[in-house]
Amino acid sequence: MPSLNAQTKHPVTITLNDGTRTGHASPRMLLSDFLRHELGAHGTKVGCEHGVCGACTIRLDGVAARACLTLAVQADGRRVDTVEGLAPDGRMTTLQDAFNRHHALQCGFCTAGILMSLSDYLERVPKPTETELRDMLSGHLCRCTGYAGIVRAVMDVTGQASGNADAKDASGRKEPGHV
Amino acid sequence: MTALTKAPSELAPAAAAPVSAALIGQPIPRLEDAAILTGQARYTDDLPIKPGTLHAAILRSPHAHAEILGIDVQAARAMKGVAAVVTGEDAKRFAAPFLVGVRAPMEHWCLAVDRVRYPGEPVAVVLADDRYLAEDALDRIEVRYRPLPVVMSIDQALSGDGEPLHPAVGSNIVNTRPFGYGDVNAAFEAAEHRISTTVQYPRNSCTPMECFVVMADYDQADGAYEVLSNFSGPFAIHPVMAKALKVPGSKLRLKLPPNSGGSFGNKQAVFPYIVIMGVCARVAGRPVKWVEDRLEHLMAATSATARRTDLEAAVSGDGRILGLRMEQTDDVGAYLRAPEPASLYRNHGNLTGAYRIPALDVVNRLAVTNKTPTGLNRGFGGGQLYFAIERLMHRIAVTLGLDPLDVIRRNLVPAAEMPYTTASGGILDSGDFLAAVEAATTDGGLDELKARRDKARAEGRLYGIGYAAIVEPSISNMGYITTVLTADERRKAGPKNGAQASATVSVDPTGGVTVTVASAPQGQGHRTVLSQVVAEVFGLRLGDIAVNTEFDTAKDAWSIAAGNYSSRFAGAVAGTAHIAATRLRDKLAKLAASQLNVTPEDIRFAGGRVFAAGNPDNSLSFSRVAAAGHWSPGTLADGTEAALRETAFWTPPPLKAPTEADIINSSACYGFVFDICAVEIDPVTAQVRIDKYVTMHDAGRILNPLMVEGQILGAFAHAVGTALYEEYAYGSDGRFLSGTFADYLVPTACEVPVPVMLHRESPSPFTPLGAKGVGEGNSMSTPVCIANAVADALGMDISTLPLTPARIAALIEKPEVARPASLDAAPPKAPAIAGGRGLQGEGTRTVPASPEQVWAILLDPKELAALLPGCDALDLAGPNAYRAEVVVGIGPVRARYLAEVELTDLDPPRALTLSGRGSSALGFGEGSGHVTLEATADGTRVVYRYDAAVGGKVAAVGGRMLDSATRMLIGQFFDRLIARAGGPAAVETSPSLLTRLLRLLGLRP
Ligand code: FES
Ligand code: FES
Repeated sequence: MPSLNAQTKHPVTITLNDGTRTGHASPRMLLSDFLRHELGAHGTKVGCEHGVCGACTIRLDGVAARACLTLAVQADGRRVDTVEGLAPDGRMTTLQDAFNRHHALQCGFCTAGILMSLSDYLERVPKPTETELRDMLSGHLCRCTGYAGIVRAVMDVTGQASGNADAKDASGRKEPGHV
Repeated sequence: MTALTKAPSELAPAAAAPVSAALIGQPIPRLEDAAILTGQARYTDDLPIKPGTLHAAILRSPHAHAEILGIDVQAARAMKGVAAVVTGEDAKRFAAPFLVGVRAPMEHWCLAVDRVRYPGEPVAVVLADDRYLAEDALDRIEVRYRPLPVVMSIDQALSGDGEPLHPAVGSNIVNTRPFGYGDVNAAFEAAEHRISTTVQYPRNSCTPMECFVVMADYDQADGAYEVLSNFSGPFAIHPVMAKALKVPGSKLRLKLPPNSGGSFGNKQAVFPYIVIMGVCARVAGRPVKWVEDRLEHLMAATSATARRTDLEAAVSGDGRILGLRMEQTDDVGAYLRAPEPASLYRNHGNLTGAYRIPALDVVNRLAVTNKTPTGLNRGFGGGQLYFAIERLMHRIAVTLGLDPLDVIRRNLVPAAEMPYTTASGGILDSGDFLAAVEAATTDGGLDELKARRDKARAEGRLYGIGYAAIVEPSISNMGYITTVLTADERRKAGPKNGAQASATVSVDPTGGVTVTVASAPQGQGHRTVLSQVVAEVFGLRLGDIAVNTEFDTAKDAWSIAAGNYSSRFAGAVAGTAHIAATRLRDKLAKLAASQLNVTPEDIRFAGGRVFAAGNPDNSLSFSRVAAAGHWSPGTLADGTEAALRETAFWTPPPLKAPTEADIINSSACYGFVFDICAVEIDPVTAQVRIDKYVTMHDAGRILNPLMVEGQILGAFAHAVGTALYEEYAYGSDGRFLSGTFADYLVPTACEVPVPVMLHRESPSPFTPLGAKGVGEGNSMSTPVCIANAVADALGMDISTLPLTPARIAALIEKPEVARPASLDAAPPKAPAIAGGRGLQGEGTRTVPASPEQVWAILLDPKELAALLPGCDALDLAGPNAYRAEVVVGIGPVRARYLAEVELTDLDPPRALTLSGRGSSALGFGEGSGHVTLEATADGTRVVYRYDAAVGGKVAAVGGRMLDSATRMLIGQFFDRLIARAGGPAAVETSPSLLTRLLRLLGLRP
């Protein structure tokens, strides 16, 4: 890594969802601020800036990471995937579609981070059990949905019925879905 | 389900006999999702800023209560990139104190003037070229405080001891209001039993994931402010802001963004910051932007009121409540901030819940404490009220040996008495409560739960079942708040009542329909539901309707009741949009009738066509009719008005002002919620596990079942947090302890089960579509339902929340055996710093040098500076007294302290005391260490004992880490001393920044 000077802004070049983007960042600038305010990629949200809520989750070289705990200069030369890149041709992925069908979002402030975590996680764990899924999701805070729709959406796209005989489901419901 | 993802009308052929299936009531997935899911949706912080915008950072009080002796902003103002520093002096020049809802001499300025009264109170604002620079400059502002004694609980306020927060009021109980409804004394005389309970509801809030954002500008020429903010309403606050900025409402133009990241009421509390940023823009002469961070939000944004409730019920032998005495005391924080005391009065018409209780005496009190001012929060006042009422119901059952469900059944308002007027004036508008309870017990499988409980208990496990039955008020009467005033005071102030909702529907020349509403949605799917309602009226497809939920006080139709609160959307706003659409449709029908040569009554709208009822071939396209008003107003028949745009205002008919006798119908409608909860408690970890949760709702007519269930699930999740995890914790000395999401515990996917949701629909007779609110019910019913289940499991009384493992353990575990006295070293005296976090410790290290050598090092300022972690140089300030700049990092924060260091009690080369105090933008610290040196074979044995106190931001964020951080700093000091004295140098390990952060946050070992 080149030596950085705290007082000056340094060029930072990243591969952002398949395009190359360059901006300038002082060494202390957070990657979340760099994406949002330097590059104008507002899809990534910040909910706490201390690493707990997960709203800022992006993929750094494919691995889900907190943009609020990463410095922009650390991302120099690397690949950053954000929510804007999930549906490049405007057609939503099956997961995004399932989020809509299962009412997995309300205000949507947590959604980008959750989608980015899931896009990494489901590549590694294509068919998580509900317990495993909830464990993974516990790295994200959502204040609107009670997580029910998110869990249903993922169980749906992974071809599994939701909520059967799982310790976390107090509904006794056997099928995913509403009403 | 999949069939429903297509709007039914899209399937309808636009043929000679057009039909449109009903849209209202259908589970239509949200239209707003696509933009959010693809990252295109724009929230306030995503919107463009004006060129030259300055970024604000706020300096906040580290003290719970202190006098401000002086503020020196020179150094901050001189920093590169800093344009201005704004303080209470500027507030005094350009603003006025906020209006207060009761008659008591309390002044609340947007920026502290003379005194701070809660930790996190805004004291100064730095405006700089970017946020990083603004935060840097906060460090350079020097504020001198004189700490004052603190008031940290309702009981302390009630006791009358303690410094009054507002000296002119003279007491920390700033308002007391007695009310009497019916003959309570007679009820008590007639009753067989008197059963009482006292409960305390904690401070918490719904913490939307998006924090506050304000962009403000001031137009010097017009003397007008323009603000963009994620404010949520109620717009009754708009005049409060305008008065504080000393302008008429027309000169405070407030715009709301297209998307908001959640509110649950909390975004109401952005309003003081709108005023602050207005003042800032005026002082700086440039636009300003402020984005609240999470620490600021948790520490100082808002909170539900904490409440102490004392209840005493006159109860008949079979468990009927004949009369109720109620005393409620709300902790509203340091200032009674608008719209408080609404928390205490929002439920005034439904103080007796879902029950027929004919006589009621109430005493309401408002207590001020050195905590964050309170405000709207999902369930507003209802969680507090029902925690008391439903705990009482449970207690009555236990006391009389009855089944708690039977006590509920016997007291419920009977269906035959609907609409039922409560003792205090609420008009419960519709519902069959008893039938709902029976349906919930059957469909929710209560018998099976009871069998599970029997089995668990037979095995010695802790298993319990709880219930809660409540009415969920929606669409607040703007007059309820004036119930706090006496009838006399109300007469002078003029009548306040109603709840004006507004909606505008317009058609464009291509037949597109646009709906605008003053509803400020934060994720509730207003666009979808409004599209359903309006498309159905016009017989159009969902996609033909554009809904604009941005809001602009300068251009939109609004009233003080506008906004997104009190669950008013479904009942009031959607209904008003229906009225506006229907009016516009009727005008279009007149237009079409003259062209089709039929009467307007015969005109039908369906499938995108406008046609004659008897002869569908006699038709026009909707767009043709819509275009007529735009293109050919001259050809309209005489007296026919063009149908272009319709704005409707609607206020619920039953909402009157409080009467002379303080009778008030505080809400337009009341849904019914009945919950059953089964819990098991782990006897070892004392953790509560929700085994099953059943929630039955009757919210009138359901407009979209997906949205209704979404609201129920969301409120339920909040309530699980309220019941089991969440509390804004303060030390008794005033320090705030919940400054991160690692301290303020929000339930995750692992803690929130999926409840069984059941529905009944008893349409409200009072709303246009028969719908009632549904988004707050579980915030009111679920916390107490869980508490009742826990009480049943433990066979004990539960009188406060949250039911954390620590709290339950204290109930179920035998007290630990006391430590033998011999192990207790005399604890060092904690320094008397109000608002600080006390730290004590002691230790021993051996330094490979003689006591004389060690002494020489300690007494040499250069050497000492090199030993002190984060210190570059000590400036001599007197004999053995120094001034220094010390940079200390605790957890995720680093602070630059201006410190005074002093060496006293010198006994060379045997003992000395090293003491210091310092302050920074992150708070203050103070401490002293006593050090003794003793010669040993290996060099010098150094024994130290210290006590210290830390307050402010560092304590709020790093509370959990302070002890270890202090030990680490002392460790570093000795490592350096040992190295300096010739011992092995301390091994420098340098983990990655991420690892360090995670470690400090406790997320990694
Ligand atoms: S904003 Fe990064 S984890 Fe919360
Ligand atoms: S949808 Fe609002 S926080 Fe998750």
